[in-house]
Amino acid sequence: MTNVTVLQETKQENGISQEVLLNLGPQHPSTHGVLRLILQLDGEIVKRTEPFIGYLHRGTEKLCEHFTYTQIFPLTDRLDYVCPPSNNLGFAMAVERLLGIEAPERSQYIRVIMTELARISGHLLIVGALPMDLGAMTVLLYVMREREMVMDLMEMISGARMHTSYIRIGGVREDLPEGAVERIREFCDILPKRLFDYERLVAKNRMFLQRTKDVGVIAPKDAIDMGLSGPNLRASGVDWDIRRDCPYEIYDRVEFNVITRETGDCYGRWICRIDEMRESVRIIEQCLEQMPDGLFQVDMPTIAFPVDKDQLACSMETHIHHFELSAYGFKVPKGEVYTAIEAPKGELGYYIISDGSEKPFRVKVRAPSFVNLQILEGKIGNMKYLADLIAVLGSLDPVIAEVDK
Amino acid sequence: MIVARPEFCDRIFQHFGDRIADGGAGIDMHSIEVGPEHVVELCRYLKDTPALSFDFLSDLCGVDFYPDSPRFQVVYHLYSLAHGHRLRLKCRLGDPPRAPTVTGVWATANWHERETFDMYGFVFDGHPNFKRIYMWDGFEGYPMRKDFPLRGYKDAYNPYGEEKGKA
Repeated sequence: MTNVTVLQETKQENGISQEVLLNLGPQHPSTHGVLRLILQLDGEIVKRTEPFIGYLHRGTEKLCEHFTYTQIFPLTDRLDYVCPPSNNLGFAMAVERLLGIEAPERSQYIRVIMTELARISGHLLIVGALPMDLGAMTVLLYVMREREMVMDLMEMISGARMHTSYIRIGGVREDLPEGAVERIREFCDILPKRLFDYERLVAKNRMFLQRTKDVGVIAPKDAIDMGLSGPNLRASGVDWDIRRDCPYEIYDRVEFNVITRETGDCYGRWICRIDEMRESVRIIEQCLEQMPDGLFQVDMPTIAFPVDKDQLACSMETHIHHFELSAYGFKVPKGEVYTAIEAPKGELGYYIISDGSEKPFRVKVRAPSFVNLQILEGKIGNMKYLADLIAVLGSLDPVIAEVDK
Repeated sequence: MIVARPEFCDRIFQHFGDRIADGGAGIDMHSIEVGPEHVVELCRYLKDTPALSFDFLSDLCGVDFYPDSPRFQVVYHLYSLAHGHRLRLKCRLGDPPRAPTVTGVWATANWHERETFDMYGFVFDGHPNFKRIYMWDGFEGYPMRKDFPLRGYKDAYNPYGEEKGKA
């Protein structure tokens, strides 16, 4: 062994026992991005974990203060890049509340469909990535097939596979294209069957169970104290979902169950996500059923870009509004607002202070992954070996772009 | 649309009297203003009183009102899982900004406070592991402050930054 910091050396009957510091990451396949962990190890037993973050820090909040409200959307895309529509939605809702406007009904349905598709895409990734971290490569390769279907849908609807910037202040950028509803329905038919397959592939696999069951148990009290949210919190038995408890958009009009598990272990967090995808499918199906016709964007030329692009060529008024909107943005009344939505990773909050100008005075992003990752420093039961830590890290589903902002 | 003042506010004001001030109604939640000397006591009261039970610290962040005085503010967003209500606490701080830590009340404040220190230079007394979180050790200045240039300061790694001393 070279270049190892030895903290403590004790002589034992069968040799020397050393307590060492080990550097895991920042570039390591099991850290899901550029996360660096300093581990204090006694052999294979983890004594202490300290995450070092910030390798992907881009200063999103600082940039927000220098951008107009519309320009910020691409920045929010890049927070949790696995599911951008959720990030867009949180920000759009915050600004809408400051403006005192509400998106048209149809656009609210489209938004919910998009965010639920994003949730499926995010959950699919981690449902495949956790077994991969533990050595079961197969599932990840298969989930990519369904994730690709979601990506195709995203591309069809918004024009971009990943950084969609589709949800805008006062609605969505464009209406659903022709044939999109059928394609989404088709996907909703396929996914539950595939989920059943994945569950069968891994959920009864003895090795997977041994690596995840009763490993990394987080007690509900500790989970709340550490600010865990989303599936990580619900897997510990805390029945809290912002979609149900303080409904936004049209979540109060659809029926769905909040998935909880009592175990609080890695397996619980994993299986919670599978069941959540089934609920997402239910939500999408209901949305498609209920979605009315109508506007997909508020009819306010100073806030939303013109719907009819041909108008730009012949209407001076439209042209002026478009120019003003692109070049200067629009003024947002003075005030402050905190909106929280249930993003795939947990509570995603935007705290915006407006000073009445075109640019926000302060934007604070309460990124769920940032808070969830903190539990690694907290109390986690039955996380003895280094291999357990990898399982716990995978099951927490952190997206480092969101952790580092 | 302004949210009506929640009933539990009376209870808090009854208990704390003039040590706290009403921050006014908001479009999302009610806010309470408090000085740094009473923050921990207030937080503990908010968490431990069964009728309030703000057991979830959603968010903690700093704000810079440069060039106003007092310049800084730390904002706490609280949520109660049992009752489903939210509350915002605001605490104005002078320069240099100092506040006591609330990690003793909610453990989740740990990283939030480190982030606030990293970005704004707020010192949280009594924090168990007080150091920068995003920026590296030895980084000078606090990037989120309003007088910190967007492009940073010029040095060997940042040729497009602003010259120091030039405002």
